[in-house]
Formats: sequence, structure tokens, C-alpha cells
Amino acid sequence: MSDTKLKRVDLIFGEYSNVKYKVLADTLKRTNDEILEDLMESGLRGRGGAGFPTAMKWKFTAQTPGEEKYVVCNADEGEPGTFKDREILSRVPRKVFSGMAICGKVIGAKQGFIYLRGEYKFLLPELNKELEGYNEFAKSISLDFPISIILGSGAYICGEESALFESMEGNRGEPRNKPPYPTTSGYLSKPTVINNVETFVNVLMIMRLGPIQFKLLGTTDSRGSKVFSVSGDTPIPGIYELELGMPLDRFVDEFGDGDTKAVQVGGASGFCVPRKKFKDTVIGFEGVPTGGSMMLFNSSRSMFNVLHNYLEFFEEESCGQCTPCRVGCQQLRKGIEAVKKSEKKSLYLDQLLKLSESMKLTAKCGLGQSVANSFSSIVNNFKEEMIY
Amino acid sequence: MKNTKKETVKKINLTIDGIEVGVDEGTTILDAARQLNIHIPTLCYHEDLCVAGNCRVCIVEQEKVKSLPASCATPAAEGMVIHTNSMKVRLARKHIVELLLSEHNADCTKCYKNGICELQGLASQMLTGDHMFLDLVPDHKYTIDMFNTAIIKDDSRCIRCQRCVRTCEELQGVSALGVAYRGNHMKISTFFEHPLFEVVCTNCGQCVNRCPTGALIERNYIDQVWDAIYDPTKHVVVQTAPAVRIALGEALGMPPGKIVTGKMVTALKRLGFSAVLDTDFTADLTIIEEGNELLTRLKKALLDKDPTVSLPMATSCSPGWIKFIEHTFPEFLGNLSTCKSPQQMFGALVKTYYCQKRKLDPKNVVSVSIMPCTAKKFEANRPEMRSSGYKDVDFVLTTRELGIMIKQAGLDFEALPEDKFDSLMGSSTGAAVIFGTTGGVMEAAIRTVYEVVTGREIPFEGLNITPVRGTEGEVREASLKIEKVKPEWSFLEGVELKCVVANGLAHAKKVMQDVKDGKANYHFIEIMACPGGCLGGGGQPIPTNKEIRTKRKEAIYEEDMGMPIRKSHENPEVQLIYKEFLGHPLGHKSHELLHTHYTPRKRY
Repeated sequence: MSDTKLKRVDLIFGEYSNVKYKVLADTLKRTNDEILEDLMESGLRGRGGAGFPTAMKWKFTAQTPGEEKYVVCNADEGEPGTFKDREILSRVPRKVFSGMAICGKVIGAKQGFIYLRGEYKFLLPELNKELEGYNEFAKSISLDFPISIILGSGAYICGEESALFESMEGNRGEPRNKPPYPTTSGYLSKPTVINNVETFVNVLMIMRLGPIQFKLLGTTDSRGSKVFSVSGDTPIPGIYELELGMPLDRFVDEFGDGDTKAVQVGGASGFCVPRKKFKDTVIGFEGVPTGGSMMLFNSSRSMFNVLHNYLEFFEEESCGQCTPCRVGCQQLRKGIEAVKKSEKKSLYLDQLLKLSESMKLTAKCGLGQSVANSFSSIVNNFKEEMIY
Repeated sequence: MKNTKKETVKKINLTIDGIEVGVDEGTTILDAARQLNIHIPTLCYHEDLCVAGNCRVCIVEQEKVKSLPASCATPAAEGMVIHTNSMKVRLARKHIVELLLSEHNADCTKCYKNGICELQGLASQMLTGDHMFLDLVPDHKYTIDMFNTAIIKDDSRCIRCQRCVRTCEELQGVSALGVAYRGNHMKISTFFEHPLFEVVCTNCGQCVNRCPTGALIERNYIDQVWDAIYDPTKHVVVQTAPAVRIALGEALGMPPGKIVTGKMVTALKRLGFSAVLDTDFTADLTIIEEGNELLTRLKKALLDKDPTVSLPMATSCSPGWIKFIEHTFPEFLGNLSTCKSPQQMFGALVKTYYCQKRKLDPKNVVSVSIMPCTAKKFEANRPEMRSSGYKDVDFVLTTRELGIMIKQAGLDFEALPEDKFDSLMGSSTGAAVIFGTTGGVMEAAIRTVYEVVTGREIPFEGLNITPVRGTEGEVREASLKIEKVKPEWSFLEGVELKCVVANGLAHAKKVMQDVKDGKANYHFIEIMACPGGCLGGGGQPIPTNKEIRTKRKEAIYEEDMGMPIRKSHENPEVQLIYKEFLGHPLGHKSHELLHTHYTPRKRY
């Protein structure tokens, strides 16, 4: 990925310090309260997409009584159009390990795991080498926090945190009922912090720069920067670290091919923003959040095909245990086909929109709940493409 | 994982449909609503199983929360305001039922569960007449497994609630059923999708009892039995198991726990069976044979110091247990009592002893049994179960199937007068009745064995040997010191007879593992494959849950207490059959007709 051009911000991929694990070693000397205070002050929110305040998650887990706790790094990067964690893990793995070790200290965990997407198996040799270095370093400073890697088996659903724990435990990757949340019952039903790869790196950067400097970037609701995976109809696809809270029209100005019809923000489970709304759309937690995926579509693309593709994806990647997701995805896919073929009247789309709303309200996990995001945003904004 | 060390249970206050309620911490919204008599519909939820929360039918609206939580899986929290029937809930719930119907082969009039299907019930409640969504059934290739003699699995009727999967794993520790594939292809399947008869399935039917739809049903033999009844050349003999008489009423609209023995006999006679006899008779016979077998084994072990004798000896009445041990602990088959189950003893005697006495040609006799069990169907079809020269038991019907036949015949069951079993293989004792509950075989055996060895009645008030009465969900160990024995049993003087009673195969597995690991030192093991014993059998009326099983159990002990004779060896017809036909226990004829052998099977 040597040709990747970085813009604006250079936090994540920035230079390592000359001394390996210096920031980690420095941070470990601080008190847990100080670390949590800095994190709270920084306003850091999870980078996987959902945006839960990181400091809160760590604090809850730290407060949960229990001797045995775990830190899990969610590297099951499976959202269509996202490929930034791969880049982070291959270029700055030490920052990820450091972030995890800091978390381990704060919550009192003695073991960390990286759950690596099955398709990223090729990263393993390099990653293991780096990990060896980390584990040696940890031993040298008597830090009781070894990290190991667990490889997934290729299911999108295992990116959902509770399905991920099930998978780690050797079970079928099916989401659990919530509550309880991972902060009280995660891996092996023990209190667990599970964060995205990028979140751990951000933690380290906050420790290095201090929360004040981190806060200079972004907006009140979306502090800091974000690594974006830009793909689709763009002359410059790739990975870019950009400030959060930017308006979408400026993003399209920079990355579009001049004919951008829509941008799918946040992958298949995210939202489709049509051209007329570019101006009013902010990329961030106050607007449209994203785990990093930005897919641009120009006017040569059929939004029906785009949606159909997403629905087929969900239909297959649903774990199948809960009714709204398993059957709902099939109905949505088959439903838009029927409308397109005029087997059903166009009004049937309204029925399907209501169904997708029900899926959002009743599905057991984030997968089923987020199908409605792309479905309703594409159907509502490109209705004529669905019908004709 | 419940925290059992909680000192005081905290009270949680919440509001459901405008009514305030205080519940114990940990109570789900569903249970809290039930305390208020608010009925939230469910599908995947079952009282006996862990919460799955996957059908989503039981969703409710929680104020200040965007999504609709599943009430079965969400614990009540302080200050929650819940609406169980709001606009949002009604639409979403209707959507969910419609979605289930759209992938369900809703050919209801052709379904065995027509009228008692839980999905059908919900559909009628929701008025799903307008078929909101597209039919997905043609898009799928569904498997229908009809190869099994006991259970039929029809995937086209499956709603993936996973009750069967949880049953097989949690209650039975068998895991013959599991989830395969994902998304639209997700299905309930077996190891490598083999048919049920090729996998570790024990045919216990606990899944059948819990399946809300017609996806898992017993193979029914109702029409074959009617044909036999209407065939003037056939003499159709029916036997009824102990646990049927305390549960049949439920299948015919009566509350659980009613003893309906007399009405059942009347109904069977009115259905047209030539003779209505009692499996309890061979239950008593089993005690004589099995008791003597145990004493023989003890003698070989204690007196002759024979190292080849297999102890502990385990009961062999439960066919689900037999298939389980054949698969899971084949090295312990020698520890099983060689006695056939009462059903099969009965079948073998019908076509020999009974025919002789009644001057019938066994080829014209059809032997039918009414069982609380689906595994009995498999058992009757075992190749070794033909020692009379004919198929010992021709057709096995479950309690549910008998209920259907009674309805078909238009009988008003509750209004029927009471009648008595026909004689010759129709008399029984209280010891036989308790075969229907966990611990019953053990208790019946001890009542007899103790008396044989000491010449005295077992020293328990009212013959109730409560220490061996099994409890659901636990393995019960007991020991009995044998003292002041008769001279011929002197080797048993002072011996402490160690017994263990377990019900549910998950517990059986634990007992056998302990035996295997040398952790346990028993003489006699009683295992019943189903939770609570036969009264909770896979062939019993639906629903079956802990509350209902408890009521059935009380009825069984009530029936035992009400019997004039309560010890198997005092059954006059049993004494008669030894005098007239069998000779003596474990004799040549017994071996030929009443004992069997077992087949080692593989796990995969």
C-alpha cells in the first residue's frame, strides 16, 4: 500500500517514536484515574461505527467486580467497503498493542486478544513477529498482559461483539441477548472491553498528545480524526485520515469524479446520501456516522443493483437465528425484485419500508437492525430507480 | 449462571400497561407481565429451556428506548415503563408472525399439528389473513426426514425457534440436533445432515414435545390401529403404560394431574379393542426378573468373587436411555439389566402366554401399546424384539395419539364411566404404577428385593421409600443397609446397597461418566431418559413443563397409595404366570421371552 496518499491528518499512521513502546511505558506509570480522565476529556468515541464513548466503556468494565477480565480488539473488519483496519494492523501494529495494554491496565485485565478477520490471514506472519516483540517487551517491564491473535472463519456476523465472543469460545457465531453487555459479561462471560482497532490507536495518540491537542480536531460530538476507506467511482481510491465532522459536499469535491450521484456512508449497513443532500450532511456522530467506509457512485450506477447487492449480502450473512433478520432480508430482496418486475405494485415499497422499520426495532443485533439504514435511504431517495 | 450467594433479593418496580408491579431482581419483563396476568405471546420461549430470544414475537415497547426489546430475554429494571400492546408493538409483532408464515409451509389442513400448532394459534390471533408478504417456501429446498420409525422431521414446517436444539443439548446432553448454515439457508439439522436414524438421536421425543409447529412430530400409527380394530379376523390387544393414565386427560381438555385410569379403560373398550390390558402387569414382572438379576449379580460379585460380573447394574426400561448408552457408553452395555422393558415383555407374552390361555392363533393377534414415549416406537421395531416368533408389539401409540383416537370416535371423555382392565395380564400393583416417575423402578425393586432377602417389609412408613424418589434436574444417590437377612442371603448381611437415580439424559451422562471415571461406586442405577421420568415423556400431551410434571407426579404417587397391593411380588397374576408358564424367575422361558441383548453403536 505504498501508493496510499494521506491527507490532512497524520495521527494514526504517524511515525513511531525511536524507542519502542515508549508511550506505553510512560502511560503505564500514570494512575488509572488519570488515564480515564484524559480519555473522557478527549471525547473519544468508538471507531467501529456505533460510536460509544470509549472512556465510559472502560470505566464500566473497570467498575465491574471480578478477577478475570479481558481486552479484545475487534479486527473482524467485514463491512463492505472498509479496509482501514488491515492497513493499521500492517503499518502500525505496535500502536494497537499499546492501546490494548493501556486498556488492560485500566480495567485490570491480564490477557488481550485480537480477533482477526479470517480473510486477513496473510497479515499473520508479520503480525505475529511484532507481537513477539511486544510480549517480550511486556515481560521485560513485568507487565502481565500478553496478547494473542484468534483468527475468524469468514463470517460477517462475527464482527458483532457478542457473536465475536461466541466465535472466540469455539461456538457458532451467533449474537447474544443484551443485556448483559460485554462490560459485565463478555468473553467467557467475564467483563470485557471490546474496541475497534482504530480506537486503540486513538487511545495511544491521546496518551501521547494529550486530550487538548486531540480535541483540536473534529467537532463537539465527533472529536478527533478518522481513517476512511474511500472506494467506488473515485479517481483516487484508498485510505485517508481525515478530520471528523466534515460536510459531505467537500468530501465529494475532493474525491468524486465530477459525476457523483450518491455516497454510501458506512458500508452496506450505513446510509446512502443522494447528491441533493451532500451539502447538509455532516460525516460524524452528529450527522451520518461511519466505521470508515465511503463508497461513491456516479450516474452510471443503478441504485437498484446497489441495494439488491447489499440485500443479498445481508441475506447470506445474517446468522439466521432471529426472525426479523433471517426472513426480513429475504422479503426485502425478493420484494424489490417483484416491484422491479411489476409483479407487485410500486406501493408495495411502502410495505417494505415499514417492514425494514420493524426489523430495525426488533432484530436481535446490529446486523438486522441496520439493514433498514441502506434500505430506507436508497428506496426513499431513488424510488424511481426501484420501480422503473 | 445464577449468583446463588445473594443475601436478600432486591425488588424491582416497573410499570406494565399502566399497572405498577414489584418483582424480584432478575425477573424478565415476560414473567413480570405474567404476574399481572398480561399474556405476551411467545414462540421460542419454553419454561424448561434457556432463553433464546430469537423469534422476537414477545417484543414490547419500553419508554425512552428506541428499539423493542424481547420481553423473554430482558430483565426488568427499576422504573421501566412497558407497553405490551402499543401501536408499534402490534405492527412489529404482526410483521414477525407474517415473516414466519412466509417461510413456513402453511399447509395447515395437511399437518399433524393442525389445531394445536402454536404458530397457527398466533396467526389466528393476529388475523394474518391478508398475507402481507411474498411466499418464500418455493425458494427453498426443504428436507423431510421420514426414514425414522419414531420421529418425522419436516423442515418445511420449521420456524427455527431452536427449542429442539436447546432441548437436545440442555435436557438430554445428546445434541443430535444442531444449527447448520446461516442466513436464509440456516436450518436445524443433524451431524452432516444424516437422517435421524443414522445419528445419535435417542428418539426420546423431548424435541417433539416442545416443537411449536409440525416440524418435529411422532410417526403416528393411528390409521393402522383403526384398520386392525375394524378387521374382524384380528384380535387387537392393547396395553397402557403407567404414565398414560395420569396425563391422558390433558390431551382431552382436562387439567393436569387427573387420574383417568377408569375412563381410559372405558374409552379403549369403546374404541373397539378386543382386550384392554395393563403394562403395569409386566412392570411387576420386570421387578421380579430384574430384582432377581440384581441379586444374582450381587451374589456372583460378593460371594463367588466372580470378576466378570458387571456391577453396577442399570435399569433397562427406558428405550431412550438404551439407545443413548449404546451410542455414548457402549463399553457399559454389560451393565444394563438384560430385562426387556415392560412394553416388550408384554408384547412377547401376548403372543405366547396370552394366546395359549385364550386359545388364539398369534398370527391373528395385533398387539398395540399406549405409551408416554416416542422411543418405544423405535424399540418395538428393533429386530431382536420378535422372540415370540412374531413382532412382539405391532403398533406403539403415544398418549397424544390415543387422545386423537378418542376425539375421532366422538367420545366425551370426561363424562365416560370408569371401568376395569380385563383380566389375565391386567392386574397390577402400586409398585408398577410408580414406574411412570423417576425413582419408581428403584423404589419398586427395593420393596421387593428387601423383602425377598430379609423376609420383612421394607422399614419405611407406608412403603414410601422417599430417599430414592428422584427429583427433576438432579442425580439422587441413596444407600440402604441390609441387616438380619435370611440364611440363604447371608452374604448380603451388613451390605450397604448403593443406588442412584437420574432422569433426563444429561444427568444420565453425568452418572455414567462418574462410573467410567471410577468416581462412583454404585450397585444399582435407575435411569429414565426423560425429565421427571415417563410422566414427562416425549409422547405425553403438549405442553409439558415443570409445573405440569409435578402435578403428574403427585397423581402417580396418589395412584400408588390407592392400590390394594403395592409390592410387585404380591401381584396374583404375576404369581400365576410363574406357576403356569414361566416356571421361575430367570428361568429358561424368561430368558427366551423376557430378556434381550444390546447393540453397540457409534457416536458418528
